[in-house]
Amino acid sequence: MVEWFVWAQVSIAVIAGLAAIAVGFVGVKPNDYTLGATLLVEVLLLVQLVMAVVAPLLGNAATGSALEFWIYLVSAILIPPAAVMWGLIERNRWSTVILGVACLSIAVMVYRMSQIWFVQLA
Amino acid sequence: MTSKNSSTATGIGRVLIAVYAVMALGATARSVFQIATKFDDAPVAYVLSALAGAVYIVATIALVRSGPLWFRVAAIAIVFELVGVVTVGILSMADAVLFPADTVWSSFGAGYLFVPLVLPVLGLFWLSRVRKAQVND
Repeated sequence: MVEWFVWAQVSIAVIAGLAAIAVGFVGVKPNDYTLGATLLVEVLLLVQLVMAVVAPLLGNAATGSALEFWIYLVSAILIPPAAVMWGLIERNRWSTVILGVACLSIAVMVYRMSQIWFVQLA
Repeated sequence: MTSKNSSTATGIGRVLIAVYAVMALGATARSVFQIATKFDDAPVAYVLSALAGAVYIVATIALVRSGPLWFRVAAIAIVFELVGVVTVGILSMADAVLFPADTVWSSFGAGYLFVPLVLPVLGLFWLSRVRKAQVND
């Protein structure tokens, strides 16, 4: 993992998540902005996937358990598409809130992934 | 939310289901990893984590399904979670060896932003609202 990219990714996911939850509660149905932001979060995860494969080859390996890191990454990659599909099938405000929940979940998971990669307490 | 079809899977109940689904995925995947790699460190805590993950899965399914039976299953699963997070939360304060910090219910779910503590409360609140709406129909 690359630290600045982690922070960019977490920031974007948090902003996208809070914004979607806010407009969802106001009553906005899933639209190009909220669906697009969720897809952007997914694209950044896919970039992270490529980086996680390449980085160890360049000497930047996870300091923690690689297996745990990959479980998080694969789980995270599954979430935004599921939320987007939900948003496309069910066109109401709660689907927008769900897009937000998905983005915030990704923010937390990417943060946890960065801890596994960089920080070892034990 | 005031529609005639007052099941647990309508309106904001959808959001609850989505959060439960994420917790089911997170808690289950993590406990599988823990049991597979470091089971001997804290067998009790990791088995409880796996159980918590299973209960999240049950709760997710029960909230999606309609009917009085599934309503009851959802209620039992959610109460179980509330009891679990409070009990393990207290025990993890008292005995950090038996319950290390990296399980879903340790320290009242602090590792999961206290979602495990807040979620069952919201879940029970939602179930009671659905129940009232059904009675009023």
